[in-house]
Amino acid sequence: MFLPMKAYVYVSLKKSVLDPQGKTIHGALKKMGYRGIDDLRQGKYFEISLDASLSREDAHAEVERIAREVLTNPVIEEYRFTLEG
Amino acid sequence: MKFGVIIFPGSNCDHDAYWVISEVAKQPVTFLWHDSPDLQGCDAIIVPGGFAYGDYLRTGAIAKFSPVMESVRKFATDGGLVLGICNGFQILCEAGLLPGALLRNAGLKYVCKPVHIRVESTNTPYTQQLSKGEVLEIPIGHMEGNYFCDERTLAELKEQERIVFRYTTPSGEVTAEANPNGSLENIAGVCNAGRNVLGMMPHPERASEPELGMTDGAKVFHSLVSAMVEK
Repeated sequence: MFLPMKAYVYVSLKKSVLDPQGKTIHGALKKMGYRGIDDLRQGKYFEISLDASLSREDAHAEVERIAREVLTNPVIEEYRFTLEG
Repeated sequence: MKFGVIIFPGSNCDHDAYWVISEVAKQPVTFLWHDSPDLQGCDAIIVPGGFAYGDYLRTGAIAKFSPVMESVRKFATDGGLVLGICNGFQILCEAGLLPGALLRNAGLKYVCKPVHIRVESTNTPYTQQLSKGEVLEIPIGHMEGNYFCDERTLAELKEQERIVFRYTTPSGEVTAEANPNGSLENIAGVCNAGRNVLGMMPHPERASEPELGMTDGAKVFHSLVSAMVEK
């Protein structure tokens, strides 16, 4: 039996790419007095609901393909994801 | 010599490009709708500025999957002339027709102003009538114009003289102050290895008539037309 699954995909700029938005947020937090923050990087988050027709293995492959080919630009970004359900 | 100007949902410099080709460069031109793969026998394609598909996800990220871009990819691979301006440059990078990517401006602000760019290579159809080191005054208007590529790609671009324009001072000096968006090495435009695809953030179509206050942009279009005639 296949059950509906959810994929949670996180996309972020590669470490080698400057993140001016993250830097600005970091600077603002410091100014507001938040302590102990070494660095902050901003990213994107996607929630994908998958229907019950896919096996877990197929769902994993499909999400991997979506993350690699669409959700990220490999020149500047990287991704990771988890599959639940 | 037929030009095609692509219209994506969200393009907003399509009519400016069309106008410049028909009224300034005096060439036949047609619009190409994003949803059709038919390039209508065009000899040169302009991917115009704007916010294709709302720039959702990333600039150019959705546009690159449109039917017209599939044909543009084939056309460019076969040596066809493709000019990407601003959002068009971003789309061509996303589509893999040009190296690198355009990141959010370093200052995090939309920048809209005239800038100076220096011609770094005259070995392209778009710049063959210009002089190396010549400085052009052309406006920019973008949020994501911060050119980035990895070190290996940058070395390759330099070695093959594929950096076509750099942001400079009016006298042609590459300085940090003259860089409006944080672009790597002040890069404002690059071409592909075949030199038939050019992407540039500044808008030559907005600077091609005296009525607009700037005319340097017309040089790019005249250069392109003369290269096509010679061919």
